[in-house]
Amino acid sequence: MSETNPTLLVVGAVLPNGSRTDILVEGGRILRTGTGLTAAGATVIDADGLTALPGLVDLHTHLREPGFEQSETVLTGSRAAALGGFTAVHAMANTSPVADTAGVVEQVASLGVRHGYATVRPIGAVTVGLEGQRLSEIGAMAQSRAKVSVFSDDGKCVHDALLMRRALEYVKTFDGVIAQHAQEPRLTEGAQMNEGALSGELGLAGWPAVAEESIIARDVLLAEHVGARLHICHVSTAGSVDVIRWAKARGIQVTAEATPHHLLLTEDLVRSYDSRYKVNPPLRRSEDVLALREGLADGTIDIVATDHAPHPVEAKECAWAEAAFGMVGLESALSVVQAAVVDSGQLGWADVARVLSAAPAAIGRLSGYAAPFAEGTIANFTLYDPAVRRSFGLEHLAGKGVNTPYLDLELPGRVVATIHDGYATVLDGALVDSSVVAASAVAASALVATRAAVARG
Amino acid sequence: MRHLLSTRDLDRATAVGILDVAEDMADVAHREIKKLPTLRGKTVINLFFEDSTRTRTSFELAAKRLSADLITFSAKGSSVSKGESLKDTAQTLAAMGADAVVIRHSASGAAQTLARSGWIDAAVLNAGDGTHEHPTQALLDAFTMRRRLHGSASRGKDLDGLRVTIVGDILHSRVARSNVWLLQALGATVNLIAPATLLPVDTSGWPATIGFDLDTAIDDDPDVIMMLRIQSERMNAAFFPNAREYSRQWGLDDERLARLRPDTMVMHPGPMNRGLEISANAADSARSTVLEQVANGVSIRMAVLYLLLSGSVKP
Amino acid sequence: MTARTVLQPADISRALTRISHEILESNRGGSDLVILGIPTRGIELARRIGAILDEIEPGSGSVGFLDVTMYRDDLAGQPTRAPSPTQIPSGGVNGKTVVLVDDVLYSGRTIRAALDALGDYGRPRAVRLAVLVDRGHRQLPIRADFVGKNLPTSSEERIRVRLRDTDGVEEVTIES
Repeated sequence: MSETNPTLLVVGAVLPNGSRTDILVEGGRILRTGTGLTAAGATVIDADGLTALPGLVDLHTHLREPGFEQSETVLTGSRAAALGGFTAVHAMANTSPVADTAGVVEQVASLGVRHGYATVRPIGAVTVGLEGQRLSEIGAMAQSRAKVSVFSDDGKCVHDALLMRRALEYVKTFDGVIAQHAQEPRLTEGAQMNEGALSGELGLAGWPAVAEESIIARDVLLAEHVGARLHICHVSTAGSVDVIRWAKARGIQVTAEATPHHLLLTEDLVRSYDSRYKVNPPLRRSEDVLALREGLADGTIDIVATDHAPHPVEAKECAWAEAAFGMVGLESALSVVQAAVVDSGQLGWADVARVLSAAPAAIGRLSGYAAPFAEGTIANFTLYDPAVRRSFGLEHLAGKGVNTPYLDLELPGRVVATIHDGYATVLDGALVDSSVVAASAVAASALVATRAAVARG
Repeated sequence: MRHLLSTRDLDRATAVGILDVAEDMADVAHREIKKLPTLRGKTVINLFFEDSTRTRTSFELAAKRLSADLITFSAKGSSVSKGESLKDTAQTLAAMGADAVVIRHSASGAAQTLARSGWIDAAVLNAGDGTHEHPTQALLDAFTMRRRLHGSASRGKDLDGLRVTIVGDILHSRVARSNVWLLQALGATVNLIAPATLLPVDTSGWPATIGFDLDTAIDDDPDVIMMLRIQSERMNAAFFPNAREYSRQWGLDDERLARLRPDTMVMHPGPMNRGLEISANAADSARSTVLEQVANGVSIRMAVLYLLLSGSVKP
Repeated sequence: MTARTVLQPADISRALTRISHEILESNRGGSDLVILGIPTRGIELARRIGAILDEIEPGSGSVGFLDVTMYRDDLAGQPTRAPSPTQIPSGGVNGKTVVLVDDVLYSGRTIRAALDALGDYGRPRAVRLAVLVDRGHRQLPIRADFVGKNLPTSSEERIRVRLRDTDGVEEVTIES
């Protein structure tokens, strides 16, 4: 094993709590932390000035495989994840075929294991074919080798109230969670951007905040009624933050995510009719952005999730109304979070570790992320340089999608290294070659199996 | 001018300048030889992703009267209706050496996307983009108002103090949007009248007053009343109960027509639904400017084509 | 830059009077005469010539103006020019003797454009050209029938015609 996955010695990193430490990784695990560590023959990573964060966990990624491989594949998407500091991603179910059976989710999970850039955790569809008619085989997916615990029709809202109630109740059986894409469909027919003064001026059909808030309000009450866990995807409005804050105060088991782009960008960008800014839910007003940041800081919003949504170039090279919704986000997420809430002083690095790693892992029931940097845990972490600034460009993307809204924007920070299951996927700011990573993954697979057994126990 | 994408970018001086050039272009229509050699050797392409016989023929006549070579690309039956992207179409037109592209598209912002894309170097003229803008319609409306007010002494004048009421489907109207910005630049005041369902949810940024009641608006004695076409698909989408109720509440019927001053202009961008938003008497009355609007449309489009295609230094 | 005055107000007035007489003489009277000024200063000169003609032979000075902007051959190379109005006298130009009036005759391109423009308004019996100053350097086979003053110039020099009604002063200068 040491041949493929050499011992790693990280020297002089700063942990989220501010303490400075060396990190010795051997056999896939964090063997020791502390200062002045040495190890003969170890690959040394000079981490002077770098922040060590636990491996980032994305609860909301579109990997597109199977079915839409021209947009992204498990390989390209997990490479994008690694370059962004992620060691685990949750792959959304809107593939073709839809991830509504054990077969599809097992295929996606095994592709993740084979490529080795990140742990790929499939999300199962709530309803068959995302059609909102009948529950999919939630139990089979939960008990498959993929061990699905998050279920979502993301891209579509589970809008039928009775079906949503049943889904919430049913996933309790398997300790699962429903991740709701909160969008009242009738209120958003043909919707193109946030509804408000600007949509009226630009002549673009509005996506009103109430279409999101009314579904969230309904669903938190349903979750309370049936005593189930509910997760809200990509919260985008100030009103939604208020509803979730109220629900949490009532003790409802609701968690919520915000995307990096909703924490940084506003609808004013739509004035350009540049379809890179077309996303669902849409970019909102600056008041909403500020409310999301505040909600993230006070814990109302539990996590940041990317909603990484790659599209082929032609899906964006057209008139606004004809363009696809979505932005890529894995590669830029940490930088955007730093720009939006760290540099403003609202979140510290320990908070970033929580909202981008521990909390999403907990919601997704992903083990091994509860006590990062503890000796003996499987090594999943990223080394980040928060001091650099870079003009974000296509060269900073690793996935197939180039539909990033941050092109030519100056963003802070850079991922220098990512360690997944004890081996490097990114070194010196560049992806490690895919054959090397795949070989490392094979070597680490025994370990992964061990960890899964622990998780079951 | 490099492009004409919206009226929001036009200041008073530029707008008056366009109207003044249009005055000269209008004279051509009264000559025996209705043609100028000005744009000889220039290629103008009418790129119509959406049917509009009126606007298309108006631009065709304008380009021909200026001696430009003109090609019309209509979506129906051509590759643009078979999923060819705006980008491919634009690059095709660029390869053909288009100097100006007149684009009509059902998507708001399509003209701007074309102009800013770098796919084509030609001047882009927005002939109506979705529910966004229709700048030449607003210019011809302003031109029509100015001529009714000032006649042959129109040159150099704006519309200072003119009170314009626009009635109907403001929410989906590119004509209304373009008029609101242009009329404000020219010093007119604008009052928008519609059922609340057919107004944008937030008009706080619009330089216009908003009302629901047409009768109140008529009692306020406007100088111009512009009736917008009501599309039949709005009725099916529950914006209002039915045509009868709409007509009763927001139609310019004979009784309302009689309450207008004799010199109040009655305008309509066409095509009209007679008996729905406008009565036959209103459409055919001496107050109506409907046919002048059509004639003036050619003059305005000649003026804009001239300003976009002549001159190497773009202001 | 130095400016030298070459025509005083009295010189201009004399030149226009002479031109008017020459026009009447060559036309054998004032019938069927149309005087068309070319913007900008040609309009004022045409108006004055028309007034003189009317004095000599009442009813003979039918004056209008002809904009040539849309007929120019240099539209692409220049900043966009705003056209100005054209006004043809009510009798039209068919069968008339049209006298085009401009301030300075130089390359001849403006007059070429004016001939094209005029052709779109009808078919005159004859077209003549009257200019206040002919400075030479013709690029086209065009000559003036009536000239106020011939001023041989170098092409680096600039001729400026200023008239009381359009410029507040009345003079012709050479700037170099």
